[in-house]
Amino acid sequence: MARLLRTQTGKTKCCSLHTVAFLLIILVLVLFGWNVSPVLWGQWLRAPPKPLQLRQGALASPSGSPSPAFHGDGWRALPGPPSSTVTFSTSFPSTGFPSLRSVMQGIRKAGADRNDVLVLTPWLAPIVWEGTFNTDILNEQFRLRNTTIGLTVFAIRKYVVFLELFLQTAEKHFMVGHRVTYYVFTDRPAAVPRVPLGEGRRVVVLEVLGGPRWQDVSMQRMVVISRFCKQRFLREVDYLVCADVDMKFRDHVGVEILSPLFGTLHPSFYGAARKDFTYERRPRSQAHIPRDQGDFYYMGALFGGSVAEVHRLTSACHQAMAIDQANGIEAVWHDESHLNRYLLDHKPTKVLSPEYLWDQQLLGWPRVMKKLRFVAVPKNHQDIRAT
Amino acid sequence: MQGIRKAGAELLYPQPKVLTPSRNDVLVLTPWLAPIVWEGTFNTDILNEQFRLRNTTIGLTVFAIRKYVVFLELFLQTAEKHFMVGHRVTYYVFTDRPAAVPRVPLGEGRRVVVLEVLGGPRWQDVSMQRMVVISRFCKQRFLREVDYLVCADVDMKFRDHVGVEILSPLFGTLHPSFYGAARKDFTYERRPRSQAHIPRDQGDFYYMGALFGGSVAEVHRLTSACHQAMAIDQANGIEAVWHDESHLNRYLLDHKPTKVLSPEYLWDQQLLGWPRVMKKLRFVAVPKNHQDIRAT
Repeated sequence: MARLLRTQTGKTKCCSLHTVAFLLIILVLVLFGWNVSPVLWGQWLRAPPKPLQLRQGALASPSGSPSPAFHGDGWRALPGPPSSTVTFSTSFPSTGFPSLRSVMQGIRKAGADRNDVLVLTPWLAPIVWEGTFNTDILNEQFRLRNTTIGLTVFAIRKYVVFLELFLQTAEKHFMVGHRVTYYVFTDRPAAVPRVPLGEGRRVVVLEVLGGPRWQDVSMQRMVVISRFCKQRFLREVDYLVCADVDMKFRDHVGVEILSPLFGTLHPSFYGAARKDFTYERRPRSQAHIPRDQGDFYYMGALFGGSVAEVHRLTSACHQAMAIDQANGIEAVWHDESHLNRYLLDHKPTKVLSPEYLWDQQLLGWPRVMKKLRFVAVPKNHQDIRAT
Repeated sequence: MQGIRKAGAELLYPQPKVLTPSRNDVLVLTPWLAPIVWEGTFNTDILNEQFRLRNTTIGLTVFAIRKYVVFLELFLQTAEKHFMVGHRVTYYVFTDRPAAVPRVPLGEGRRVVVLEVLGGPRWQDVSMQRMVVISRFCKQRFLREVDYLVCADVDMKFRDHVGVEILSPLFGTLHPSFYGAARKDFTYERRPRSQAHIPRDQGDFYYMGALFGGSVAEVHRLTSACHQAMAIDQANGIEAVWHDESHLNRYLLDHKPTKVLSPEYLWDQQLLGWPRVMKKLRFVAVPKNHQDIRAT
């Protein structure tokens, strides 16, 4: 996760007087908020519609002769929902999801389960945050289809040192209960650790040559994954997840991420304006995105989808990088720049929140992150990149 | 610029804001991560571009048996204004009175196909027979002619945008009388003898039979399954309380839809008014005299 070191350039620090004033304002707002919160919530708890005047004949009559005096073809008139059925969660559920019952009772509810974040892109792709999904329902759906997931990871030269923790933690948190194949691409196959694996899970070690610089290694992943899609993945797995290796799993990463094509929000940019995204800005590059365009800034460290879609994505990125190379230009963030161009043109069918790609050392643990699922492993960049 | 970049103007639109929910008053995602389609959740331009790129064709099925032919004109006229405008559309009008199907001026890339069927004896039979007819025509016709099917009641009119935001492999629509109700109060079929039976502690939503759809393959599966289930019930001497709608609900519990439409897409203003949570009323009931329209 080398790229995580990019943070937005901060504004110059405020003078201490501003800071104190700011803190005082916050204090006042908090105190004020406690007192008026019932009122605020109450506004959102819209009063149920008035009990409707039913025509003679009352409610849904069982099938039989159509009653002339009642709206009998399905448009049943019911009094509005009793206020007890309109629920909202003020506290955050500690497990994956509030009871299905309480959620289903309150479609028309004050504050959806996540009222602090966007959970749907403008093209109606889910943005996956804790609280939006029920793991049991999803697991059942994917187990019914005997879904197999491939996880690709590249460990070139010294990066093999990350493999053990990566695989061990994946065994605890990644697609548990489903069939998994880890595809470990490495130039040091003997250095791949033997990690105890759960049932239905296996490691496939594939030998590759490592590019000279870390940027080359990063970019070569595109052509290698693309090639292996046809050669292997198409026949062996249903979905591919392509991840950086200098990471570990610390919480659930499951089938909620699976869809034809998904990208992950870069944890340094999820709150940024698009003009500040570190897209490639030079028009000469195939990865170029102008400042008034772009949906999100996706990170190259985690993307995936169906084998067919990952094949299309990696092939397109590889081609684009080859054209750039022929034109003597290298995109500012390499494969990640091209990934962003591709996902602008081919919008993902799911977007993963930064829960799925985090760096706690760099970014702490903000309130909006209810779980930190897949996180950077601290490393010495100079050290690890020296051949 | 060389290479694979496409020429021409790119679509410009406001940046989606990750820290700002699109609707803070309603659920916009089911627990299985299917979008619930409400106004404010989607950008029509982006979606239109996606679906036009694939030259998407949408089939809209509607049944007009006996006196129900009287609803066709307004249905088709308002569909021309609001339904999938800019995309290829085929209206499949199933009727026992083909001569009574009105000629309505149609936009480009849109056509009406009239298909003659026999109408079942009671309105409940007409409602239920839609399942077997749609199922049969999926293989016979729809698979070759359209990408998506939308199956709608005819005694309705469009009064606002109904577009490609609804399209997905399988979708159902929230019944406007039950979107706030507890599942124990849903009018599911409760008798265990019926194939449509759903116990009181189960169920996601109460879907209305008046609007459902999806890919041709998925609609074929749904309608076939419902038809089979209704046939089994008939053989066992039982008829589900809300007929095809009961079976639809059982099916969508077992085969969760990939999109759910909010009650904006199925409303009755006369009965339910215009609550604040409905930002648009898109597809609404046309007032009718039940006794009159159902008399042969």
